[in-house]
Amino acid sequence: MPSADLSAPLIALRDVHLSFADTPVLRGIDLDVQRGQAVSIIGPSGSGKSTLLRCITGLLRPQRGQIRVDDTAVHALHSDAEFIALRKRVGFVFQQYNLFPHLSVLENLTIAPCKVLGRERREAQDEALRLLGKVCLEHKARAYPGELSGGQQQRVAIARALAMRPELILFDEVTSALDPETVGEVLRVIRELIEEGMTCVLVTHEMRFAEEISDAVYFTEHGVIVEHGSPRQLFNEPRSPRTRAFLQHTLGRGEQDRRPFVPAVAAAR
Amino acid sequence: MATELSLTRRCAPGRHPGKVLALATLLVWLAAGAPPREVFAPLLEWSPALAKGFALNILISLLAIGLGTLLGLAIGALNLSPLRLLRLPGRLWVQVFRNAPWLVLIYFTTYVFPFEIRVAGHYLPFPDWLKVTLGLALPASANVAEVFRGAVASIPGTQWEAARSLGFSRGQILRTIILPQCCKRMLPPWMNLYAVITMGTALSSLVGVHDLLDTAQIASNTVNRVGFTVLIYFSVLALFFAYCYPISRFTRYLERRYAFR
Ligand SMILES: Nc1ncnc2c1ncn2[C@@H]1O[C@H](COP(=O)(O)OP(=O)(O)OP(=O)(O)O)[C@@H](O)[C@H]1O
Ligand SMILES: [Mg+2]
Repeated sequence: MPSADLSAPLIALRDVHLSFADTPVLRGIDLDVQRGQAVSIIGPSGSGKSTLLRCITGLLRPQRGQIRVDDTAVHALHSDAEFIALRKRVGFVFQQYNLFPHLSVLENLTIAPCKVLGRERREAQDEALRLLGKVCLEHKARAYPGELSGGQQQRVAIARALAMRPELILFDEVTSALDPETVGEVLRVIRELIEEGMTCVLVTHEMRFAEEISDAVYFTEHGVIVEHGSPRQLFNEPRSPRTRAFLQHTLGRGEQDRRPFVPAVAAAR
Repeated sequence: MATELSLTRRCAPGRHPGKVLALATLLVWLAAGAPPREVFAPLLEWSPALAKGFALNILISLLAIGLGTLLGLAIGALNLSPLRLLRLPGRLWVQVFRNAPWLVLIYFTTYVFPFEIRVAGHYLPFPDWLKVTLGLALPASANVAEVFRGAVASIPGTQWEAARSLGFSRGQILRTIILPQCCKRMLPPWMNLYAVITMGTALSSLVGVHDLLDTAQIASNTVNRVGFTVLIYFSVLALFFAYCYPISRFTRYLERRYAFR
């Protein structure tokens, strides 16, 4: 149930700590995402970004701290039923797509709505076809994941998450495994979702995309949030020298091959 | 240069070393001056009995793999249980029956079970060949359970993670995501196991079941001629080979096909 207080953040993390064995990975994370916002998380490899997203959807349990998704206290969930209730509301898109290889594209999109939400097969199929249309893949409904390109698989994975009609979607470096030519087609889909008002949390290395679509950007390093703010502020006037160093490192080197990441869809509207 | 060329050309039959070897052995033996008439006539005479024996071998192997598969999958399912108390007996079963010599198990089932069972006032016969079948089904079940465990473990953890993030329960993930992907991976090792079980049915001759090998023994003793003895054991070999070789070829074909997913 959506909470009555609409000004409260949809996702709120407070002082989240998590270690794998003796390795601390998250060391006190605070993060807020308002309903309808797009929030990007950037940071060097191994800084705990994927771990953070896994905590939000209950795939990992932090040792300390609080995670709230709307009125659900994720850190305090115990039963399978409670986790399932949470995951019905939170979509997750993985770097490696993780489609189900033994199912066709259409079945990938309908299996969870049918089995988890108990939706009618026909209704689920209609919705799945509509979503495939949205990601421009209607013609691949009968294909199997192994027959698709990386970009196509990732768009199917996004459609699969959408088929559950989630309240928010977590994207974990969804373009990192893709060829440069196919990155654009995936980013275009994400951009449209954000424009429609879907709450999104994106872990990404696409700095220019993050700068353009985000309402807020968080920079993490070694398991802490070093700095966060509006994209304009964080990318143009970073307060922390570490943020500056990271941006210089990633943007400076990529200056020549800065790609026009998304064809100007917004301009056409 | 020329020799190299001819060598590469000779590699073509080299793809079927078993067949070539078998054929060569037969030719050498015939050329060595075996008196064909004296030897082939009794073989013809005994061939219906041999065929009957081999049919029993195949029957035992099919029943054993069928029974072993059902049992093995049940034990495999038990081993996937999140409860340790349920996993323990499954573990024990697999360890005991995978590590026991088959002949010992066959002796065990043959001499431990009675020769007839009383069911609702009727005495049903419990023939030796059925006991052998059980004796082979035990290690088969343990091996199937192990094949099953390996297949489940070979599905990447990311599939579990993706399914969990969509709200599937553990049981649903197993049934709709993991197990369907396992079937394909289990087929080659399962067929391998079947071929081995089939060869193992020859052990049944040791407890007096009139299988192919036992029949060959009787024939050899009855005819009592060296040439015939060689020929009949050779025929036994050829029959088992003819049955198991296509299975192993097909298994290798499947393995190669699934290597590319
Ligand atoms: N299951 C695990 N067991 C042990 N250590 C882990 C596990 N998962 C992640 N780690 C470690 O935690 C640290 C953070 O991992 P994480 O995947 O969250 O980083 P990341 O910021 O997503 O990096 P990348 O940009 O490369 O994806 C890494 O050092 C990693 O080795
Ligand atoms: Mg990561």
